[in-house]
Amino acid sequence: MTVIGWIQILLFCVIVIALVKPLGWYMTRVFNGERTFLSPVLRPLERGIYWVGGVDERREQHWLTYTVAMLLFHVGGFALIYGLMRLQAVLPFNPAGQTAVAEDLSFNTAISFITNTNWQNYGGESTLSYLVQMLGLTHQNFLSAATGIALAMALIRGFTRSSMRTVGNFWVDVTRCTLYVLLPICIVYALFLVWQGMPQTLGAYVDATTLEGGKQTIALGPVASQVAIKMLGTNGGGFFNANAAHPFENPTALSNLVQMVSIFALGAALTNVFGRMVGNERQGWAIFAVMGLLFIAGVTVTYWAEANGTSALQALGLTGGNMEGKEVRFGIVASSLFAVITTAASCGAVNAMHDSFTALGGMIPLINMQLGEVIVGGVGAGFYGMLLFVVLAIFVAGLMVGRTPEYVGKKIEAREVKMAMLAILVLPLMYLGWTAVGVVLPSAVASMANAGPHGFTEVLYAYTSATGNNGSAFAGLTGNTLFYNLTLASAMFVGRFFMIVPAMAIAGSLVEKKSIPASAGTFPTTGGLFVGLVIGVILIIGGLTFFPALALGPIVEHLAMNANTLF
Amino acid sequence: MLREIRPAILVLVLLTAITGLAYPLAMTAIAGAIFPKQAQGSLIEKDGKVIGSALIGQEFKEEKYFHGRPSATVAPDPNDSSKTVPAPYNAANSGGSNLGPTSKALNDRVKEDVEKLKAENPSASVPVDLVTTSASGLDPDISPDAALFQVPRVAKARSMSEDAVRQLVTQNTQGRFAGVLGEPRVNVLALNLALDAAKPK
Repeated sequence: MTVIGWIQILLFCVIVIALVKPLGWYMTRVFNGERTFLSPVLRPLERGIYWVGGVDERREQHWLTYTVAMLLFHVGGFALIYGLMRLQAVLPFNPAGQTAVAEDLSFNTAISFITNTNWQNYGGESTLSYLVQMLGLTHQNFLSAATGIALAMALIRGFTRSSMRTVGNFWVDVTRCTLYVLLPICIVYALFLVWQGMPQTLGAYVDATTLEGGKQTIALGPVASQVAIKMLGTNGGGFFNANAAHPFENPTALSNLVQMVSIFALGAALTNVFGRMVGNERQGWAIFAVMGLLFIAGVTVTYWAEANGTSALQALGLTGGNMEGKEVRFGIVASSLFAVITTAASCGAVNAMHDSFTALGGMIPLINMQLGEVIVGGVGAGFYGMLLFVVLAIFVAGLMVGRTPEYVGKKIEAREVKMAMLAILVLPLMYLGWTAVGVVLPSAVASMANAGPHGFTEVLYAYTSATGNNGSAFAGLTGNTLFYNLTLASAMFVGRFFMIVPAMAIAGSLVEKKSIPASAGTFPTTGGLFVGLVIGVILIIGGLTFFPALALGPIVEHLAMNANTLF
Repeated sequence: MLREIRPAILVLVLLTAITGLAYPLAMTAIAGAIFPKQAQGSLIEKDGKVIGSALIGQEFKEEKYFHGRPSATVAPDPNDSSKTVPAPYNAANSGGSNLGPTSKALNDRVKEDVEKLKAENPSASVPVDLVTTSASGLDPDISPDAALFQVPRVAKARSMSEDAVRQLVTQNTQGRFAGVLGEPRVNVLALNLALDAAKPK
């Protein structure tokens, strides 16, 4: 670890913190339906969409209707991606002549993108046409992100509204989020990325004759427009196979910093939106503090582990840390930082290969996802995930003092706690259950790239990432098989919707309750005690669930590495 | 609930058209007008022929050129499409080795490379980036140490003085952005082009 390394980490944190308030202010206006400086341009477009779609923007929805609208929207999105992938060979914008994608891979990819996972069983430049990248993947990058934020808004309204039945209008929330928040930022952002060296072209792949006379086919495409929303919407599905490690997908140290900031920006700002909407920004900052403390702890461990390198490299007299699977322009610190950010935030983009990280360095990304990706989290998804843990923490606090727990003026009762537990328990069922199957079924075992405990970690990482809708991978695992395409898709589906529906049920239950003013007996939820309690609940619930699995994977591998055992 | 079906189709279609077609096509047009070079992939041409991209590493094996990092990219086996064969710096199929910290295969490969490099230049310690594969397999850069390590070999192959080659390395070394971000690095293709310009061989 070096001083310049820590300065880079600090710089990242300062920029994210500085963005929380202005973005929070802007997003609050957008979701309250107020005028913004972009309204003169976007308002007519917005009204046009409602007019064609038959949406009455003043008619709000009950939580069930809101959820059904969201689900229907995803059915359409699924059909669109699946159809485009199967038919890409006969559709335009296919200069590389990509052939139709197989049924199981198309199914996996379609589920993957509607759930904001963006798991890459597809090979990007070697599998997909430009049309699929744009119309299939870029569009769903926007809409799955907008959906996440819309759902977070619905849950926030559950806390802020008193004795009502409706939680907002899904179509309005999604449209406003896409038009006023995501699209304007992406337009500026994509141009910045092109300036840094990212291609944005519909031209065919280029054949170059190298200096030594070899032939090199250079894959190109409309990269920048997709990468902008891939990062901002915490989607993470790469245009290229190597994702943000590819020099075209992340050309410079500056583009890397901006990409890292954009992963966190909206998720972090949502804490401020929450604070503003419940009428006390300190409520938002308390949640932000929980996220921030867990994040710094993770960065420290991964940076330390990667800078130390592996004992095999050290034995050969190599210093400078673990550079296997890392790019020179990013080095140890920017690769470690990126890995922790992308898994804290449910993004899943990678600028280094997590499979080649040291055992402990790679364990932190795994833990981040297993904690439910509540450290900032996916846009929207991370925030409602965090609120589920807050509900539990408040419940625990209530048990300790023997009073009905309440949070920002709402009583937390049996129904809310049951729903929160349902959402939190279904995730380990998916990733632990499928991992158990994956490590005994011979055809699944054949997919492992590494032997020994690392192979186990590859499988555990895959299902954790899919369930958490992250999308990063220990990419040595051959995921493009019938077994993995189908089981990973089921993990992604359950991980997304079995979290959303209970969260929406909580929103529906809370919105009908009366807001009660804080009294002397109310547990204050803006101070250090509350922050500590939430962190404790996250670590205890998480730790109890997945510690045994970690012990079989990265922990035993770390011990083996120190004993110079190779597999 | 049935009244949600119409927006589920039409709002989806409209938002798809905006974000999936209008937005990327507009960005392509704007980017092509403002930053035509970058938008096309930062291609480098020599005598009217494309010789590569400034951002994409390419394979160098000859003694007279600086070498990049090992690359783990593969290509489909021409004899059996279900298998792959090593194809270093395949810019149409990026990827890393994905070998883990306790992998015997990784350890053997690194050990072999270290021994080769030690034989080539016994006076300096082997830089770690010269024996580890990059994440993309297309890393265009090496560390300044890795470039300096290769100076004796390149100078000998080109009959140049080591000082002259070392000077070219220094000229082609990029520092951290704003003195803070990223790591110092040397673009291998740019350095080799500078070498060819300084002393064609």
